[in-house]
Amino acid sequence: MTATTVIQLYVFVLAAFVGFQVISRVPSLLHTPLMSATNAISGISLVGSLVAAGSGDRHISNILGCIAVTCAMINVVGGFVITDRMLKMFRRGKPGASK
Amino acid sequence: MTLRDLLIQAAYLAASVFFILGLRSLSHPDKARRGMNQAAVGMLLAIVGTLANQGIVTYQWIIVGLVVGTLIGIPLGTKVPMTAMPQQIAISHGFGALAATLVGVNEWVVHGFGAGIGRGTMTALGFETLFGALTVTGSLMAFGKLQELLPGKPVTWPLQNATSMGLLAATLGLFGWLIVNPANPLAFWGMLGLALLIGVLLVLPIGGADMPVVVSLLNSYAGLAAAATGFAIGNNVLIIAGALNGASGLLLSILMSKAMNRSFGNVIFGAFGGETAAPAAASATGLTVRSISPEDAAVQLAYASRVIVVPGYGLAVAQAQHVVQELAEQIEKRGGEVKYAIHPVAGRMPGHMNVLLAEANVPYDKLLDMEEINPQFDQCDVALVVGANDVVNPAARTDPASPIYGMPILNVDRAHSVIVLKRSMNTGFAGIENALFYEPKTAMLFGDAKASLTRLVNEVKAV
Repeated sequence: MTATTVIQLYVFVLAAFVGFQVISRVPSLLHTPLMSATNAISGISLVGSLVAAGSGDRHISNILGCIAVTCAMINVVGGFVITDRMLKMFRRGKPGASK
Repeated sequence: MTLRDLLIQAAYLAASVFFILGLRSLSHPDKARRGMNQAAVGMLLAIVGTLANQGIVTYQWIIVGLVVGTLIGIPLGTKVPMTAMPQQIAISHGFGALAATLVGVNEWVVHGFGAGIGRGTMTALGFETLFGALTVTGSLMAFGKLQELLPGKPVTWPLQNATSMGLLAATLGLFGWLIVNPANPLAFWGMLGLALLIGVLLVLPIGGADMPVVVSLLNSYAGLAAAATGFAIGNNVLIIAGALNGASGLLLSILMSKAMNRSFGNVIFGAFGGETAAPAAASATGLTVRSISPEDAAVQLAYASRVIVVPGYGLAVAQAQHVVQELAEQIEKRGGEVKYAIHPVAGRMPGHMNVLLAEANVPYDKLLDMEEINPQFDQCDVALVVGANDVVNPAARTDPASPIYGMPILNVDRAHSVIVLKRSMNTGFAGIENALFYEPKTAMLFGDAKASLTRLVNEVKAV
């Protein structure tokens, strides 16, 4: 195991820990937007896809990368748009109305 | 490290911070929208940072992918109805996972079909393709079931658990072989193929009602696939975002399985749909139900000062969210107070019912979760149960012999009176009689949920 891998593991474990802490505070009211938000964020595979699609070594990389970019972009764009659409609907009752 | 690399890393770090801030903002509905916009900015930073990468020499493929993806993503995001949210998210997981899988395949192919890959990297790549492939087909299956293209009932076959376990063992075996010898094409393609197959077999036996757990779990797998990509190509933003998703999906699956009275281990191994259906508990012979006319129910609601609506999935199926809100408005106009009691598994994914009711203009401060609403049933004049059954069955609290014993439920039986809207006396998903329906204080209003609610609205107006 290289030093880099060890650091990567640190990053992974700490990020997962932060994830648990942050997400356990999300009320069940917003669990569907939460799923759609994390779904949008999981489109981060886009980063790897871009590198593949833009590499100059092989044609196969360009093609696989291009498909991957398309898929990841659908994931990102669709995910963020839909999350916003949902969050827009959550509004508080009229002021003065009983809680 | 050159200046360019520094800037790229700074963009990735900022993106990671924005992602965490975005998720944190979801702890309150008022801040959530702004927070998610920040997360979107984070994604943009990650994209721009990556495009500055020296390894990128040609841009035409990237542009094609970005444009096509956006053109498909926007209508997908704006057109999908809120009731279809679970399948939309399922298919979206599939897309993200497919991207991760393709990146994994590409990495393996360009490095001399595994010949130029060390064991450490191969482990990460293996995890990536494994989780990715499994999530792709699993998501497609979940989508098919939720969209009702596939039978929603559990599909079972003989020796089901044995075949699944065997395939899983074979896949892990190939994975191990691949780590020992990364340039082994049989191991790589075999593992990929089996992972795709396992995704299908994992979700096929699971019934539609268990989908909240499946969709959350797929969320987690998609995150793990992204994190593994980060390990493989040495990219921290992938690791961080992937870990956040993995944690989120896992946490939600645990919450969901608790709310459905299943052990989490049961969920992890995907065996949950394989269980035989619970035997029907004590039949209800000798007991009678009291049915009520819409007129009488309306009078009861009109003069109630505290009403709690308990919506179940049946409400969403009947598309009756708007009518329920209309009824609530009528009751409020007469001085009554209406709240909604939301069970964690009301709907087809975590929190789905809240979204459906928010869409019908119900203010979110009236949507109360189980812990918050349960103590309030004691003071409630009328509890109106629409399309919910097992989640209001008092047997979960009182009858240790019941298959749903121990499941957290809404304490509807503690309300002063109960009106249940139901099509017929059929038992619920778990196939269990519901003692609540036979209580003297319970009145049944039979018929289609939407039609009954519409009647109620008109009758309350007329009272």
